[in-house]
Amino acid sequence: MEEIIQHLTPLLKEISGYIYPNEIELHWSLLVVIYPYLTGLVAGAFILASLVKVFNVEALRPVYRIALLTALAFMLVAPLSLLAHLGHPDRSFEIFLTPNVTSAMAMFGFVYLWYLMAVLFLEIWFDYRRDFIKWGQEGKGLKKWFYKFLSLFSKDVSPKALAFDDKAERVITILGIPSAFLLHGYVGFIFGSVKANPFWSSVLMPIVFLFSAIVSGIALVLLIYMIITPFRYKQIDEKCLDTLASFLFYAMIIDFSLEILDFIHRIYESEESIHILSQLVAGKLFFSLIIVQLIIGMIIPLATIAAVKAFNTPAELKRLLYFLSALLVQVGIFFTRWNVVIGGQLFSKSFRGLTAYKMTFLGIEGLLMSIGMLVLPFLILYVLFKLLPPWKDAPPAAEIPAEAT
Amino acid sequence: MKTKAKNMKRRKFVQKMLLSLTALSMPVVLTAKEKLKQLQKWILGKDYNPFDHYWGMGIDINKCIGCGRCAAACKEENDVPQAPFFFRTWVERYRIFHDGEVRVDSPNGAVDGFEKQNIEKGKVTIRSFFVPKICNHCDNPPCVQVCPVGATFKTPDGVILVDKDYCIGCRYCVQACPYGARFINPISKTADKCTFCYHRVVQGLVPACVEMCPTQARVFGEIKKKASPLVRFMRHHKIGVLKPALNTEPKVYYANLDMEVN
Repeated sequence: MEEIIQHLTPLLKEISGYIYPNEIELHWSLLVVIYPYLTGLVAGAFILASLVKVFNVEALRPVYRIALLTALAFMLVAPLSLLAHLGHPDRSFEIFLTPNVTSAMAMFGFVYLWYLMAVLFLEIWFDYRRDFIKWGQEGKGLKKWFYKFLSLFSKDVSPKALAFDDKAERVITILGIPSAFLLHGYVGFIFGSVKANPFWSSVLMPIVFLFSAIVSGIALVLLIYMIITPFRYKQIDEKCLDTLASFLFYAMIIDFSLEILDFIHRIYESEESIHILSQLVAGKLFFSLIIVQLIIGMIIPLATIAAVKAFNTPAELKRLLYFLSALLVQVGIFFTRWNVVIGGQLFSKSFRGLTAYKMTFLGIEGLLMSIGMLVLPFLILYVLFKLLPPWKDAPPAAEIPAEAT
Repeated sequence: MKTKAKNMKRRKFVQKMLLSLTALSMPVVLTAKEKLKQLQKWILGKDYNPFDHYWGMGIDINKCIGCGRCAAACKEENDVPQAPFFFRTWVERYRIFHDGEVRVDSPNGAVDGFEKQNIEKGKVTIRSFFVPKICNHCDNPPCVQVCPVGATFKTPDGVILVDKDYCIGCRYCVQACPYGARFINPISKTADKCTFCYHRVVQGLVPACVEMCPTQARVFGEIKKKASPLVRFMRHHKIGVLKPALNTEPKVYYANLDMEVN
């Protein structure tokens, strides 16, 4: 009680115009920014993986398993940020036991479970089954039994069984694409369906979320691939990198167009809320929306990738530019989430004033906790890479003959 | 034949499995039933049948003098934290000037009333009035729609309530309310809002804010019964509701509502 009063009192001075008296407290803070950011990475990474399995983009084969494991690592952490944000995390299971069917949020548990259990786990299992069996046979002691357990004690590696694995994986991926769309589209819907908030309320919201998710997922896999390959003393597959950058570019073009469409649509319709929203965008959100999200996170990387593709860039420089672009894209997408979640709460629903957000450093809603939430998936990913090396079956990039790609 | 026997066994197994799973949920069902019984007993003990009523509120803006007694009484009656960030009801002051400027304020929700404020020289006020605000107990409530666990609900008599022993504190309802009527109670860490003083209403009393109002700017009553003070209020005034375009169908009806109020 005292704590919240101490936190809120200085905010009274930061308010401009009139806000409803209950609106001083900003309800969805940094942790709720992290949540859509993480789920976006999951959906994006999975859709990248599906490019290999369903659309047979063979050039992306080297990152297929990296993408799957990335999706898994981030998927495991995503709900933690939501859980930590609840006033009563101890009651969170009620979402599963007594869901309110008209609530977009109530579907969270089911979409999440479906995606984790039916899509990610199964796909990874079918993809790794052969390796599990192999590692189970080669390993010793605990390791042997660990992999035997992971393979669910299956032993069949006949061509027929392997063909079935492959087929199953394909079917799961085909199911997985709409599921990934659902996963992140529904996150967008949670915001897009709030009619009380004109900044959120938009039918485009789920689609914008989805494409920004694809953008962030591809950029993340590109970054991970570029970082770990040198550590394994392997050569980065140029073809794979180029294809990743191309898909990143296409996804960004769509994402950019959607965002601009949303922007123009709002200005053109010029509804009641336009005054307060333009005040918001020109003021408190100018840096994070116009400078970071739009210029640094979108236009600069788009231009960079386009320039790399247009001119004959030397390989070294090209890698550097791809890397920097992907990094900027990550920053940009993080601030996209920030601008939606925090930005959408910085104006009063009376449309007469702006509120303020003050981030704390310690505490559950603090910066430290959020940094932890962002680091945790990478730790999990490290463990996953150790336990399920995603590169065992793929020959090092340099050895792939040219005609294979 | 053998496969058939195997199938039978499996079927039996599944049947037993399902049965035992049902048994697991029994305690929950039983306690829920028990609780519902207690609640019914309590309500019936008050000789109150929620299906016989449908509540609403009328507010005459012309009658409000901005004393803020309603806001103060509400905090007292409902144990709302005194800090200036939590309100179940509050009063706004509107001042509209000749140059088109609109100033709205509600210092501490008007719990202590309003202080006279000097206006700059040359500024001409053309309209000035007070607007009491409260949960609109919408007939089409967005907060109830979004609650993931159903902790906030509409009673048969049309009041929107929150079960604080059930609310998980996700704050989605706070986001969904277009009127800023909800807050998170800093003690229970759950959603909190106006209940129309339900504990008073079931005893045949009116809400504390209505009781306290010295000018009878607030009217509480039945929406659907002819002999209700609210129905009379609605017959004698031109009525407006807040943010009608959102189709929330508020049950708080304002008389003499100005276009600047939102």
